Amino acid sequence: MGMQHNQFLKISLLVISLVTLAACSSTSETEEVIEDNQGSSSSGSSASTTSAVSSGGQLTQEEIRAQNALRQTVFYFDFDVAEFKPADRDTLVYHARDLAANPGNRLRLEGHADERGTREYNLALGERRANGIMNYFIVNGASRSQIEVVSYGEERPSQSGQTEQAYTRNRRVEVVAR
Amino acid sequence: MNTRVYVCVCLFSILSLSARAELSIQITQGIDNPIPIAVVPFAWDGEGVLIENVAGIVINDLEQVGEFRSLSRSNMLSMPNEEREVFYRDWRILAQDYLLVGKINRASGSQLVQVQYEFFDINREMKLAGEILTGSVAQLRDIGHEIANVIFEQVTGVPGAFTSQILYIVSEHVQGDDYNFRLEKADYDGARAQVLLESSQPIMSPSWSPNGEDAAYVSFETDLPRIYIQNIATGQRRQITNYPNINSSPVWSPDATKLAMVLSKDGSPDIYVQDLNSNQLMRVTDHPSIDTEPSWSSDGRSIVFMSDRTGQPQIYQIELGASSYNVERLTYDCFQCMKAKFLPDGVNLVHVRREARQSPNYQIAILNIETLRVITLTNTSLDESPSVAPNGSMIMYATKFDGRGVLDAVSIDGRVKFRLPSSQGDVREPAWSPFLN
Repeated sequence: MGMQHNQFLKISLLVISLVTLAACSSTSETEEVIEDNQGSSSSGSSASTTSAVSSGGQLTQEEIRAQNALRQTVFYFDFDVAEFKPADRDTLVYHARDLAANPGNRLRLEGHADERGTREYNLALGERRANGIMNYFIVNGASRSQIEVVSYGEERPSQSGQTEQAYTRNRRVEVVAR
Repeated sequence: MNTRVYVCVCLFSILSLSARAELSIQITQGIDNPIPIAVVPFAWDGEGVLIENVAGIVINDLEQVGEFRSLSRSNMLSMPNEEREVFYRDWRILAQDYLLVGKINRASGSQLVQVQYEFFDINREMKLAGEILTGSVAQLRDIGHEIANVIFEQVTGVPGAFTSQILYIVSEHVQGDDYNFRLEKADYDGARAQVLLESSQPIMSPSWSPNGEDAAYVSFETDLPRIYIQNIATGQRRQITNYPNINSSPVWSPDATKLAMVLSKDGSPDIYVQDLNSNQLMRVTDHPSIDTEPSWSSDGRSIVFMSDRTGQPQIYQIELGASSYNVERLTYDCFQCMKAKFLPDGVNLVHVRREARQSPNYQIAILNIETLRVITLTNTSLDESPSVAPNGSMIMYATKFDGRGVLDAVSIDGRVKFRLPSSQGDVREPAWSPFLN
């Protein structure tokens, strides 16, 4: 039973830092591009946009809406449901347009599930949730190559415990810039 | 995710013993009339005290599976250590059915010890078994389990599984988004836990190779779920898959030549089989819904899996080589039936069951696919990952107790339950080993 051997082998993996490094190079351009793009692509709300453009340095209301939308990076789901909530649709459109306007941007959609149901099914469910958002991004102009999807299933809960509140917080897709 | 990423393989190290999850068994439900057995403390003729109490290990084994109750030492009328000291009358008076006696000697001229045991049927006044087992002091625990195996088989006719082991996952929340995930191996009763792999990223789905030498599992150490195979003794490991999207649920074919797995590289999770020699990949299912949780039939000819192709998870079976349309549905009477595996009889299907939409309770159940009779074995609500002992007598599964992940076991008839509580972290995904040599 070879227990006398006192060996301890440690392998550190650098793969991930390489991946992040590759993705980091493009992030600095992001902020400049946002401003001029949002106004032109949102043709539907041109009335409110023009009224808000008074002084040169000020953001339009549409730009403020876009910035607020991009600040929301976690989207929650109902139990046993893979489709994102209709209330999140507008916010997700802003994310998609931001990707479309910044082809160098990359992001990762991390799908999660609550702990109810089997782990393998939840892994698949997390992927289905993230894929739903990815497809919506693509429909709204993002490119497939900008998006990586990974599901963690129920393995990385945002909140532990067997409460409805914890479950609600754990059924989510997180948008992570890369 | 800016957390520091690490993964380390641990080789039978003393260090790993300190970090183990400290499982120790508790019997939570026994049967009404267990078989009375007297286990006399084994004599030891060497100096000092032995680190292991062999008779105690045998007693623990036999009582844990619920079928036996051992006689308290203080009620014994005599303390025989070998056959010529045994008087059947002494044990009949105490209403004992069986008697185990033994003694331990230092083997002459070596560091090894010899354990001699003898096992008697009191009512028939005959010796049923006896032998001398030799090993190191560190192997006394194995010898105790070995003796319990013999007794269990003599009395029940079923081989004992007390020398078997388990793999399982431990997750500990460190702080914020940081977790510590471990793949551990222990005796079936949680003793002698060892860390096989430690990582800051999730580890999932441990499974044993048929000869018990290797473990397959899913590790997110590259930030993505990928399948690895690790030799349990040497720690040597290799990455088996690197397909896009989900790579999960590795399970060895009974002949050990193939690995069934779940890949979503073609859009949605489907069942695949990879040949471990040629690395050739065969697609088994092809459906836009979720197909996952493959398990092999004992003859290796077909695969049972879960699919939500009708809207909710149900169990299906497909013969290898058949058209992916040629799928047989096995479950109908549950809202969700998941994570299924046939017992060796090929008729009884162990699975996780959610009876009704209104009550999200997940329990371990057995469906007889011929009579359609269902026996629900557990009554807690978050039960999952059932794994059957190699002798088919018990099922170990993961559940929650006091808000923590724990491993429970239940006998195949539901009468006996025991729990392996953990002192730290959430313990889950038990995988019971095959018979080990």
